[in-house]
Parts: sequence; C-alpha cells; structure tokens
Amino acid sequence: MPMDAASRWNVHLSGREDGPTLVFAHGFGCAQGMWRFVAPAFEDRYRVVLFDLAGCGDSDPASYDRVRHSSLQGHASDLLELCDELGLAEVRFVGHSVSAMIGVLAAVERPELFSRLVLVGPSPRYVDDEDYRGGFTADDIDGLLESLDSNYLGWAGGMAPVIMGNPDRPELGAELTTSFCRADPELARHFARVTFTSDNRADLARVTTPSLVLQCRDDVIAPPEVGAYVRDAIPGARLVTLDATGHCPNLSAPEATVAAIAAFLDGSGE
Amino acid sequence: MTGPDPAPPDSDAAVPADDIEQLYDWAPCGYLSMTPGGVVVTVNQTFLTWTGLTREDLVGVRRFADLLTAGGRIYYETHLDPMLHGQGSAREVALEVVRAEGEVLPVLVNAVLERDQDGAPLVVRVAVFDATERRQYERELLRARRLAEEAEARAVELARTLQQTLVPPRPPEVPGLELAAVYRPAGSGAEVGGDFYDVFQVDEDTWVAVLGDVSGKGVEAAVVTSLIRYTVRAIAVRMTDPSDVLRDLNRVVLDHETTHFCTLALLRLVRIDDGWQVAESLAGHPPALVRTPDGTVHLFGSPGSLVGVFDQVEFTTARRFLGPGETLVLYTDGVIDAANAGGHFGEDGLRARIEASSPSPTALAQELVDEVVEFQHGSPRDDIAVLALSVPG
Repeated sequence: MPMDAASRWNVHLSGREDGPTLVFAHGFGCAQGMWRFVAPAFEDRYRVVLFDLAGCGDSDPASYDRVRHSSLQGHASDLLELCDELGLAEVRFVGHSVSAMIGVLAAVERPELFSRLVLVGPSPRYVDDEDYRGGFTADDIDGLLESLDSNYLGWAGGMAPVIMGNPDRPELGAELTTSFCRADPELARHFARVTFTSDNRADLARVTTPSLVLQCRDDVIAPPEVGAYVRDAIPGARLVTLDATGHCPNLSAPEATVAAIAAFLDGSGE
Repeated sequence: MTGPDPAPPDSDAAVPADDIEQLYDWAPCGYLSMTPGGVVVTVNQTFLTWTGLTREDLVGVRRFADLLTAGGRIYYETHLDPMLHGQGSAREVALEVVRAEGEVLPVLVNAVLERDQDGAPLVVRVAVFDATERRQYERELLRARRLAEEAEARAVELARTLQQTLVPPRPPEVPGLELAAVYRPAGSGAEVGGDFYDVFQVDEDTWVAVLGDVSGKGVEAAVVTSLIRYTVRAIAVRMTDPSDVLRDLNRVVLDHETTHFCTLALLRLVRIDDGWQVAESLAGHPPALVRTPDGTVHLFGSPGSLVGVFDQVEFTTARRFLGPGETLVLYTDGVIDAANAGGHFGEDGLRARIEASSPSPTALAQELVDEVVEFQHGSPRDDIAVLALSVPG
C-alpha cells in the first residue's frame, strides 16, 4: 500500500513556512527526538523538517525493506524521495551519526538539491582497515549486535521508559515514551549491521556541497581523527570541534551545537 | 532516596541502625555518580569489589562507558546516553563491565540524569546490578526463541512439501475424460490439511479416482492420509469392486492404531465406447453429483461407513454410465459446510452452482472453490477439495 512521505517517515514540519529549508536527520539508535533541543532554535528562521529513518522511531515498519536498506544508499534514496515528495529545494541538511553519511550519499547523487551539509559526528567507516582507524574491530560490531539482543528482551516486554526528573518540562513526557529510542528489535539489528559495516570513504571526495563537520572533543563512536579524516576528504569542508563528550552533542551540548550550525548556515559556506 | 528510618523502639538491640555511608558503600548493588559527560565522580565499594577496579582507576579519570565492552560502549553512546539526555532516565539496560582482570561482568543498569533549576545537566546517577545468571537465562531464552522460529519455518516448509505429495499439482491426462481438481487449504494454508485426492491408471482402459478427507490436521493426519492414499493404490490394482477396496482399506487403517478416521469417495472408471462405466463406493462421504447435458443435477451413490472407526462396515457400490456431455463432481464437506453470517453454503447452494456453471470441468471446479472461499470472506475454516470429471461431447 503506497503511503505518503509524511506517514512513511513520520515527517514533522515546523518553523517558518516561507523560510529556507532545514532538514534534520537522526543517527543510529534513536529517532527524530534526538533533535528536540536543537531544532526549535531554528524555527524562527527556517522551515524545519524532522523525520524518522526507515526502521526507526515511528516510521512505518512496512517501509523497511531488507534489500533496499541493506546499504546506506537505500536510506539516501529515501531522503531524496522525501525531499521530492515534500517539494523541498536548496536543502540545508543536518545529519547526525549514520545520517551524516546518508546525507553525503544523497548530496553526491543530487548535488543541486542541497545547499549545505552539516555532518554531526560523522564516520565513513567504523571498522579499522589497514592504515585507516575507524575505532572498532569486526568483533566489536558483533558485540554490539549481542548488546542489542540482550536489550531485546526488555523491548519485547514492551518496557516503557519512565520519565523522571523534568517537572518543569512536562512536554518531555508522553511523546518521548512512545518515540524515544524505540525500534523493532529485528529492524534495529539489521540497521545496526548496515550502519557499522558501511564504508563510504570513497564517496566523500565526490561531495560538492559546502560542508561542516561537527566533532565532539571526545567521542568513541566517531573519534576526532575520523572527523579530521572526513574534513580532509570532502573538498573545502570545515571542522568545528565542540567542547563536548560522547556521540550526541545534539542532546548533551545543544547550545554549542546550535551555535555552530547557525554560524555555518549564516556564513558564506566558502 | 530518603535517609534510613530511625530504628523502631522494639528493634533488636544487636542490629545497629544502618549508617547511610555504609549503605552507600556496601549496598547490594553498584552505585556510581558521573558528570553529564560521563566521567566517574563517586563510586561505591560494591562496584569496586565486583570489578576489581580501584577508586584511583576511576574517579575523575575514566568515563563509565570506557568500562564497558566495545559493543556495550556503542550501545551506551547510541542508546543509553541519548535516553539520559533526551528523557532523563534509562532502565534495565543490559551491559557488560570489563573487570580489572579482563573478564566481563554482565550487569543491568538503571540511570538517571539530574538537572539543575535552569535545566542544565548536573549529575548522572547509575545503579548497577550483577546480572550474571539472569543474562545466562536470557541468552537461553533468546536461543530458544531463535530455534523456535527456525523450527516453525521448517515446519511450514515441511507442511507445504507434504501437501504437495498428498495433493498432486494437477490430475493426470486421461484420454476421453476431462479432469479438473482444485484444492484450497483452510485459513492461511500453513498447516497440512486433511483433504486429498488421487487419480491413477490400473490398466489400459481403467482408472481409479479417489477424493477423501482425513479427520484432524498436522503431521499425524498427514501420515494417515499418506497411508490411505498408497493403500488405495495398492488394493485397487487387484480388486475391481470399490466396496471391496474400502473394506480392505478400513482393515489397514484400523490396524494402524490411529485415532484419525476418514471419509472418501472411490470411483472406478472403465472406458466403454464414447463414455465411461463408473462404479462408486462411498465411505461416510457425500455422494457425487452428476450433471446431465440438459443441465439437471442428480445425486449418485449410496452412503457407506466411515473408514477407520468400526470393525463392521457396510459399503455399497453404485454404478452408472457417464456419457458424452455429462459431468461428475466429487467434493469434500468444506464445500457444503462453509458458513457465513447468512447461513451455510449447503447442498442446495452447491447444486445451484453446478447447474449454472460452465460445461468445462476446469472452470466448474475453480469457480466453485472461489465461490466457497469468497462465501467465507476469503478465509475458509476447513479445507476445500473439488474433483470434476466430464466426458467430452
């Protein structure tokens, strides 16, 4: 049954209807809620587009196709379809984690569609390869799949995370329990394998869109040297290192993340 | 968390009221506090004892995530950390802590992120539970689930394969006779149904056709179906009267000591000139319907005992000539017992369909089964089998 983009990828539009387009794509593990502290900062000036990748959050499980989505190219095609269906142009794209590479693939295929790329914690390859240091071994990735399996029982039991400690922000309540980091375990497992075995190093040099790499000072998933690698490989790309630890500055250091994205979008992009 | 309650007045004096620091350090779970960035700031003795790490190894130096296996670290960064910062807490997250000596300790982790009055992250509190045995049990469960899923897939495949051996994909070519058979298993078709049919040659001008319905479902019913199908083939070669075949078949099924029984219609067809002499015996099965060239439909056959229930059985052989333009239809009870909110498909419904249907047995059988399926809104409750034979003319 064909569905529109809004239902397939759980698209949420906000911000200025006549503003320039700003698309946020979440990374592996969670869903569009990852942008909850970042996206609102752009709503006064931009048309903000949020969505859930296939297999994640509240995207339509039926739209996850193990063949189409057996490489990140499938997700990039989804992104292009989504942009076309919503009639987006001159897209400023902000992709976190695996979505950074999804954005790269989409921009390589349709450079005219994208005017800026912001890559938050990007990694073109997670697994070490000869001289390249991705930070992980193939065994580590198997360990992740085991880790997903171990947390599968909890998921299967329908464990709803309890919301705590935000009495002054009740909006963090119900919506989060239903969409934050929730995924069909089987799809999550497949997506994990696709994500962590991908190798998109060769695609970086083909990017012609002005790009910014946003890197945390200390990130085991996408270490600083990988951020530098991405900057060096994408022609003309810039690198900004945030004074933040972990892989999710969009949640742990939202102000710094917002400032860096805004500065890049406001600049010439040269 | 609140402090320890004052000791009730009648408490046993030998047990001192617990001290909050003692409780923290020696609680039966590991406690850690960390910066919002994940660096350990305090840790209790229980965690240190479990892991063999020292305070100097941890406090102000290492992130909790660094203590995990690589797979768990990815999970932490991509799930637990986002949950903490995005929703304030995470519960029952399964991870593995690497001990000082290198072995791993499976743990369950609850964690909360506390924010200050302005909403800025202040501290992350983590409770760590030893889950060694639970994890083993869960792995067993997971493996059992995987095995069960595989076994189910194999069973469905087996059912399909078995079904194909019990119900030939199409009846054989018989010169001078048009044959059509349609079989539709009940429901989704994942189980082996009890209906079967077979058409085979016993000498140059003689053929045997059988349509039956074995009670029950599943592998045991399929075994009985297989037994009946091959026994009929073996007996029909040496016995010419269908009633004799059914009598012998009854003996074989009774000897098989199964609780499954069977209804069937057995036809022996001998080619004579431009038609066929038909001898039919019924075992608890509805009689055949014969449509003559003028479109009228007649019952053909006398009722007989079920096969596989009684020692004493009674079978009668009915005979008639099937001439050019005539069609004989055999069916299982899945046709007439089909029901919807409006009632049963019934014998009258069946007769009406056969009277109105096209002369081709292929079209007749297919249309009839389609109608019965549609009558039950696409999901038949019982197997449906129809075998139609007609003499060209």
